[in-house]
Amino acid sequence: MRALDIKLWRELWHLRGQAAAIALVIVGGVAVCIMSLSTLDTLVQTRDSYYRDYRLGDLFVSLKRAPNHLQQQIEQLPGVAEVETRVVAAVSLQLTGSDEPATGLLTSIPDHSDARLNRLYIRSGRLADGRRDNELVVSDAFAEANKLQINDTVVAVINGKHKRLTIVGIALSPEYIYEIAPGAIVPDYKRYGVMWMARTPLSTAYDMEGAFNDLVLKLQPGASGDDMIDRLDALLKRYGGRGAYDRDDQLSNRFLHEEFVQLRNMAVMFPVIFLSVAAFLLNVVVSRLISTERQQIAVLKAFGYRNAAVGWHYAQLVLLITGFGILGGYALGIWLARGLSELYMDYYRFPFLLYQFSPLVFIAVAAITVSVAMLATLRAVRAAASLPPAQAMREQSPENFRLFWLERAGLLRILSPSGRMILRHMARRPLKTLSSICGLACACGIMMVGNFQMDAIDTMVYMQFSVAQRDDVKVSFTEPVSSAALYSLKSLPGVAYVEGVREVPVQLRYQHRSYRTSLQGIARDAQLQKVLDADLQPVGLPESGLLLPERLASILGAKPGDMLTVEVLEGDRQSYQVPLKAMTKQFLGVSAYMDLQALNRLMNEGESLSSALIKLGPFESMDSSQGFDAQQASTVYRRLREMPAVAGISVRQSLIDSFYETLAKSMLTFTFINTLLGGVIAFGVVYNTVRIMLSERGRELASLRVLGYSHNEVAYILLGELALLTLLAIPLGFLLGAYLSRLMVDQMQTDLYRVPLVLEPDTFAMSALVVLVAALISGLMMWHRLGKLDLVEVLKTRE
Amino acid sequence: MAATDRQCVFHAAELSKVYDMGEVQVHALRGVNLELYDKELVVLLGPSGSGKSTLLNILGGLDTASSGTVRYHERELTQATEKELTHYRRYHVGFVFQFYNLIPSLTARENVSIVTEIARDPMSAEQALALVDLQGRIDHFPAQLSGGEQQRVAIARAIAKRPQVLLCDEPTGALDSSTGVVVLEALQTVNQQLGTTTVVITHNAAIAEMADRVIILADGHIVEVKQNSHKKPPTEIVW
Ligand SMILES: Nc1ncnc2c1ncn2[C@@H]1O[C@H](COP(=O)(O)OP(=O)(O)O)[C@@H](O)[C@H]1O
Ligand SMILES: [Mg+2]
Repeated sequence: MRALDIKLWRELWHLRGQAAAIALVIVGGVAVCIMSLSTLDTLVQTRDSYYRDYRLGDLFVSLKRAPNHLQQQIEQLPGVAEVETRVVAAVSLQLTGSDEPATGLLTSIPDHSDARLNRLYIRSGRLADGRRDNELVVSDAFAEANKLQINDTVVAVINGKHKRLTIVGIALSPEYIYEIAPGAIVPDYKRYGVMWMARTPLSTAYDMEGAFNDLVLKLQPGASGDDMIDRLDALLKRYGGRGAYDRDDQLSNRFLHEEFVQLRNMAVMFPVIFLSVAAFLLNVVVSRLISTERQQIAVLKAFGYRNAAVGWHYAQLVLLITGFGILGGYALGIWLARGLSELYMDYYRFPFLLYQFSPLVFIAVAAITVSVAMLATLRAVRAAASLPPAQAMREQSPENFRLFWLERAGLLRILSPSGRMILRHMARRPLKTLSSICGLACACGIMMVGNFQMDAIDTMVYMQFSVAQRDDVKVSFTEPVSSAALYSLKSLPGVAYVEGVREVPVQLRYQHRSYRTSLQGIARDAQLQKVLDADLQPVGLPESGLLLPERLASILGAKPGDMLTVEVLEGDRQSYQVPLKAMTKQFLGVSAYMDLQALNRLMNEGESLSSALIKLGPFESMDSSQGFDAQQASTVYRRLREMPAVAGISVRQSLIDSFYETLAKSMLTFTFINTLLGGVIAFGVVYNTVRIMLSERGRELASLRVLGYSHNEVAYILLGELALLTLLAIPLGFLLGAYLSRLMVDQMQTDLYRVPLVLEPDTFAMSALVVLVAALISGLMMWHRLGKLDLVEVLKTRE
Repeated sequence: MAATDRQCVFHAAELSKVYDMGEVQVHALRGVNLELYDKELVVLLGPSGSGKSTLLNILGGLDTASSGTVRYHERELTQATEKELTHYRRYHVGFVFQFYNLIPSLTARENVSIVTEIARDPMSAEQALALVDLQGRIDHFPAQLSGGEQQRVAIARAIAKRPQVLLCDEPTGALDSSTGVVVLEALQTVNQQLGTTTVVITHNAAIAEMADRVIILADGHIVEVKQNSHKKPPTEIVW
């Protein structure tokens, strides 16, 4: 091996501590990239191939009732590839050993064959047989949450009739990757599930013989979905069609899409932030590492080594460190991506995962990292090489020793000599001081980006489920009912207060933009549901006109005063012109709001309600749910479930629980891992800063020891500087962190939820703590090293 | 044997060097005229700050003059590009510094190899170390060597490529008298055996006694050039 190569490996070994710290920073940055992008890629590819292999339809429509022979007519329409008609029924379930309300959606599958579209993936058991009338297939998530197994029986209430069914299969469907009740914001697998029965028995039970009420359609390649939607709507109008929609409006797909958009934004933002920080640090660390080598560079040059050769030598050193970092980042990233994808599987019900590790991502990440490292090396080597060797070989202290302004102002006279040394040293090398401060600030800031999300989610839940929505139970009716129905609810023992809501499925249009959502009619004096204004204060509803969340208004491009078209997607499917009155603040979901009476008036219906909000409690009052135990609550649930008009029951607490269980859990895990990697980077930065300080000033400090300073006195100078740097860096880090968090939040807006920017003291404290602890540990290591300074070496080679 | 009979290796004319320190200008060299000849051993004598190192660094292509010219054989160093200077240092000059400047991560042998690997017709590292009487410490790291031994490694490193000129800046400056003598012996051996033109800087007048010629610098000027009729071997020098 050539002497220069030997030098390379020996020095790498000698620098192992610092090299490891640099590599750590790279590991953090690279792992975030690999993990985020690969997880996203895996989920997207899995979804796409699931859709393809299990033939998810392109258009969907539900209707009241149409004769089976209409199917042929639809198949004849130009552009149609395949049609699947189905019977779909709302069902409420009585599970053995549980009083909790469970509702679901029961969809038919062909009697004897696989469905042509929206096929099921059978996880265990088999499909239901059309010859038997008691066979049920349930979704895997529902089965898991309720511990249901093959051959278990459940009692289903279909169309008011009780029916005992046996589970013969557990399945997944591309139609319900995101298995969520209509109108709900989060899935609640325990209380809502999708399930399937063979067509004949379901038609019989649901009084749908010879007819269908749901249709899935696959388009021929190139056919226009919008045209087909218009045709279907025209054709199905007389059969009570509720408006055909494409995948963009298909509930599961839309939620999935929104989540993927958010995941993509996070998967890009985190790496961009982390890699930039890592790159900045790499740059600082590498240039300073090399500048401590400037005497050796000068010696090599004095013997006739060319700049390129010297540069390459140091480039190799940096490449090796970077290489180890990249490989480590790859390994960690892959491992995390696998874990994370699997975690997402709990949430998105995919039958399989197609892990995607795109070579492009790996190459791009390596290329970016290596170029940054090389650029930094080049700059530093160039700086060292541009000095004539004669000068470079002198001690690197042509520093102009001046009294700096603080000193001139006489402010430092109160300080001890060591204190003055610290300040002078920092002021004498403002650039190095600044780069250390920036590095430490980055470490602090990067911690905040992952950290703040926990508080943000808590705030989101609090605003949604405590301020805006105050009910304990929400009951939705099978058909709109009159307000008289509220009395029967109110009379139930344990119900303290009841309020009605009218929810209408609508398509909102403004200019060429439209959005499918639900329009909620809320009573003017509503106590259990509040609409919040931009300052998160409850606002009164205007006598007429719409209120839209800011998000929805901006999707539609509408502002207060604009006239929107409200196309009702049920009943007569009328369209109305309604002005947008004001905008609301809402962190979860995007529903439109209107005064209940105004909505009833608009729809030309009398007092009509589609769901009821209930407050539980022993007394008739608004806020009396305290002292009301679970036992009593479940009695209420049972009574509610037995009411024939009740289609679904949702319990606020379980929504909150399942929100944390699913959405919050996957997102928080993602951000938690990022926080950890941020911590790794932070530690790497702090440790590096300390090591560089030590190597830049080791000789000077050893000389002080020779002059009779004690170990602690010498350590005080260095540790004091570290402490001062850290204290200066932390506030700067807070600013940076707040800025990065803002960027993150802006990127995380989806129709599902908008994470607010909530920076609580604990976020700041945590970030500062990580930096402080890292500084403390690094400081201790430095203190220990200072005890082993080789004084003899100093005496041997220098004045 | 008259020096003028010999081939002229260096020819410097009106060499000046000014360090611009902002508020003040430091004149390190103020018009130096100088010739150095093949195979001679010259001692540059002068008080600290008189410009010795500056002159040596310019001769060695480590630094450039503010004005004036330096010729090495037929080549003009003052006009040379960075690339030409590198070439010059690589194949023609050997340096020995006061503070050795060994690479701490390499052993004695490897420190020499770092130069022989890029030279044209080098001796082996072992040979070079044998010349300075260090056969026994070949695999020691700088930190395991005494100051005098480190300096001898530095000399071995400087002469291993058989340079035309050997430039030594206070090679004994950091050493005690007896260790210094060993180093000076090594320099003399190289000068005699290889015929390398050798310039040794010192502010120690006693060392001048081993030189063919002594050039005395003061305040950036050459104040005196002495021809040594009787060269003393280093072993007889004491300070
Ligand atoms: N890089 C530099 N910047 C400013 N002044 C310098 C520099 N190098 C040397 N000098 C000054 O030039 C003069 C000559 O220095 P030098 O050649 O090192 O002297 P010597 O080697 O004889 O002790 C001294 O006054 C010294 O302070
Ligand atoms: Mg000098």
